[in-house]
Amino acid sequence: MSVAFTARLGVACAHCGLVVPPGLVREGAPPAERQFCCAACATAYDLLQAHGMGGYYAFSERREVAVRRTGRSYEEFDHPAFAELYVQPAGEGRVCTELYLEGVHCASCVWLVERVPLLVTGVVRAELDVRRALARVEWDPRRTTLSAIARALDTLGYAAHPYRGVTRDAMRKREDRAMLVRIGVAGAIAGNVMLAALALYSGEFHGIERDYEQLFRWVSFGLAIPALLGPGRVFFAGAWSALRTRTVHMDLPIAIALGAGIARGAINTVADSGPIYFDGVTVLIFLLLTGRFLQQRGQRAAADAAELLYSLAPTTARVRGDDGVERECPAVGLLPGMDVVVRAGESFPCDGELMEGRSTVNAALLTGESRPVDVAPGAMVYAGTLNVRAPVVVRATEAGESSRLARLLRQVEESAQRRAPVVAFANRLSGVFVVVVLALAGITFAIWHGSNPHAAWDNAIALLIVTCPCALALATPLAVTVAVGRAARAGLYIKGGDVIEQLARPGLLVLDKTGTVTEGRTTLVAWRGAEHVRAAVLALEGGSSHPIADGFRRAWPRLIAADAVDVTHHVGGGITGRADGRTIAVGSPRFVAARATGADGWAARLGDATLTPVLVALDGRVVAAAGFGDRVRDDARATLDLLRARGWRTLLLSGDDPAVVAAVGARLGFAPADVTGGATPEAKLAAVQRLRAERRGTRSTGVSSVVMVGDGVNDAAAIAGADVGIGVHGGAEACLATADAYLTTPGLEPLVRLADGARRTMRVIRRNIVFSLGYNVLGVALAMTGLLNPLVAALMMPASSLTVVLGSWLSRSFDAVVATPGDAVVAGAVDQSAPDAPVPHDAAAA
Amino acid sequence: MSVLFIVLPLALFVVALAVGAYVWSARGGQFDDLDTPPVRMLHDDGADGPRET
Repeated sequence: MSVAFTARLGVACAHCGLVVPPGLVREGAPPAERQFCCAACATAYDLLQAHGMGGYYAFSERREVAVRRTGRSYEEFDHPAFAELYVQPAGEGRVCTELYLEGVHCASCVWLVERVPLLVTGVVRAELDVRRALARVEWDPRRTTLSAIARALDTLGYAAHPYRGVTRDAMRKREDRAMLVRIGVAGAIAGNVMLAALALYSGEFHGIERDYEQLFRWVSFGLAIPALLGPGRVFFAGAWSALRTRTVHMDLPIAIALGAGIARGAINTVADSGPIYFDGVTVLIFLLLTGRFLQQRGQRAAADAAELLYSLAPTTARVRGDDGVERECPAVGLLPGMDVVVRAGESFPCDGELMEGRSTVNAALLTGESRPVDVAPGAMVYAGTLNVRAPVVVRATEAGESSRLARLLRQVEESAQRRAPVVAFANRLSGVFVVVVLALAGITFAIWHGSNPHAAWDNAIALLIVTCPCALALATPLAVTVAVGRAARAGLYIKGGDVIEQLARPGLLVLDKTGTVTEGRTTLVAWRGAEHVRAAVLALEGGSSHPIADGFRRAWPRLIAADAVDVTHHVGGGITGRADGRTIAVGSPRFVAARATGADGWAARLGDATLTPVLVALDGRVVAAAGFGDRVRDDARATLDLLRARGWRTLLLSGDDPAVVAAVGARLGFAPADVTGGATPEAKLAAVQRLRAERRGTRSTGVSSVVMVGDGVNDAAAIAGADVGIGVHGGAEACLATADAYLTTPGLEPLVRLADGARRTMRVIRRNIVFSLGYNVLGVALAMTGLLNPLVAALMMPASSLTVVLGSWLSRSFDAVVATPGDAVVAGAVDQSAPDAPVPHDAAAA
Repeated sequence: MSVLFIVLPLALFVVALAVGAYVWSARGGQFDDLDTPPVRMLHDDGADGPRET
């Protein structure tokens, strides 16, 4: 694939396929010449070509994201303290570790990451778990270093972070494998016991020789014992611990039914009379284990969140001692009062006061404010934020566990753990269940004991087995698993079953502004004044990486830039230069007013005080004004109206300037009282918690959940603290990790599909529960009247489970993507429409 | 029909083999990550990249 011309009429970047900004297109280059959207993409391309990995470009589904290179040295990865924490021996003198990679999404990522051994000699193996974005790297420490590996990954656009959860991961993996073994063994035994049972039941109707009958009964017995002692043991262990702690647990009725069934079956086998219950018991074990596994896996993903978040925090610091010598030190070992040197491009390892140097800090991680802030000595800086421009010295005030970032992450972790209402409900229900079932069994036994003691035992045990919450245990997890799978295909990633339950009913929808209801980047939304200076403006701004320059480039992708000379960037003000022999100045009103006349009134002509004004002066006279703002997503209004019509109450909660938030809120139809601006991450979490507390007060009207929708790390705590957190397309890695659900298609419209799908799934779940309870009630009635012979019991149980399985499978929970106007709005299309839609060309009159 | 006395234990033996194979693969971690291998399978072995078919 060489240079491709996209539908957007621009040149596509040879590495990422995005449009090359006009300022970077090399005009007159031969068609075979590759063009790149940024230097990072060019580097990545050269690296791949140099190592014979050009095959990457043959992927039809490739990551269409410009390479974002942090350019870090990753020196701390080679530090002995780091190795002690994260690196493990892998035999033959090799070592291995797990790295959490940002930006891993698709098949081409797997290919690229797993070819790191070709890029870095000394790397033996690299394996990527694409769902969790964890790469396991194994290398020979004598031939290469971990920092070299991390740098190679960085060059390709995957910023690497050490993964803390390695040990817990290993434990969990063991648990998972043990569970799979149990299910497999239980399934094989259940199948074979069922086969024997088939022979026995047909024997009841057609007659069977005693020898064979005994053979099948003893074989069933012989198979049921290992099923009970192996896979079935977990239920007894659970029941025992529940008894010991005097709590009720679903394991208790299960253990009673299993124990009673096996015991009675064993007695009947030995006595050679009466029903054996081995078929029912073994199938029960299998189905219950399956249900439990599905549920466990669903809850697991949410627990990963906090671990991944910690991976994003810096791990080492460079401490300057009293003697002026710099030493590397793990970030956990920092103490208040230490002087820490932070180079440009590094994250601050602690909270502290700036002592020396002036720089720019990107605090997006904490505040969500994407614009870097200038800092001077005396200013406070926070751990996790990025030092952009120059090396500085910081005196630590809070470090490690007490830093603002650590506190925030801890809040995220706590919020994530607190949330498991479904499990709590199931356990409460099981308390009632135990009492009812045992009472019914006792009553049955008492009724029959007088007339027929033998039948009394059989009927009571039949009741215990038939009421075993087997279909009930499958009802929810199965419907949820199917729904989550369908949703994933429709571009909605749902991590847990409770999400579906919470979204099924209208509740409170709290939305972040920047990046969620808006596009989250600086876009040219208004232009007043002369048209003809645009080419010159583009010429000046073409080579700049400033967000404003980027906004100009995206607004006019088809404009051919003029040639500019003497281009000078004035930090914090604007840009000056010459094009076509005329002097041009572009910048803030103050900057331009100092260099040109007639600046007054231009900013006001933009007609919207929330926009950031940029003036353009030509030969010392202001001729045009541009208004920059964060464009509201095209589908935001329609989506919000649709959700409101369905009963959702919508709130806007943003860290941005209150005036801007109020303006956006008004435009999107939010009630003024429901719009909050200037909220810090902590305030966002507090607001969400307050809403949840208020909601509890009015429980009589039904439980309405608090749903937080956001995109940044600053939303992460609120997202974790809400009943349901949703990350939108393009959100920060930490936010997606914390969110219970995230959208892989741009825009807000998927929210409607998510709510609709959740509602349909809940309907399926309720239907499943009704069916399985119906079977149970029927079974109880039959058992108490003595009509439930083992054959009916054996037929009813799989029939109820089968109903649930089929009911879940055939449901239309989440349909494939339905074409709606919202879907058509992909990021690229917005780029194209930008100059036509929001910028009123014609209204402009110089 | 008395062949059942031989065939049934034999069948159970085969089942035991299958279960043993499954347990071995589950313990070996073959079911740990079900998302990546289907993607990896599409990649060509060489360094030349995927074959688009």
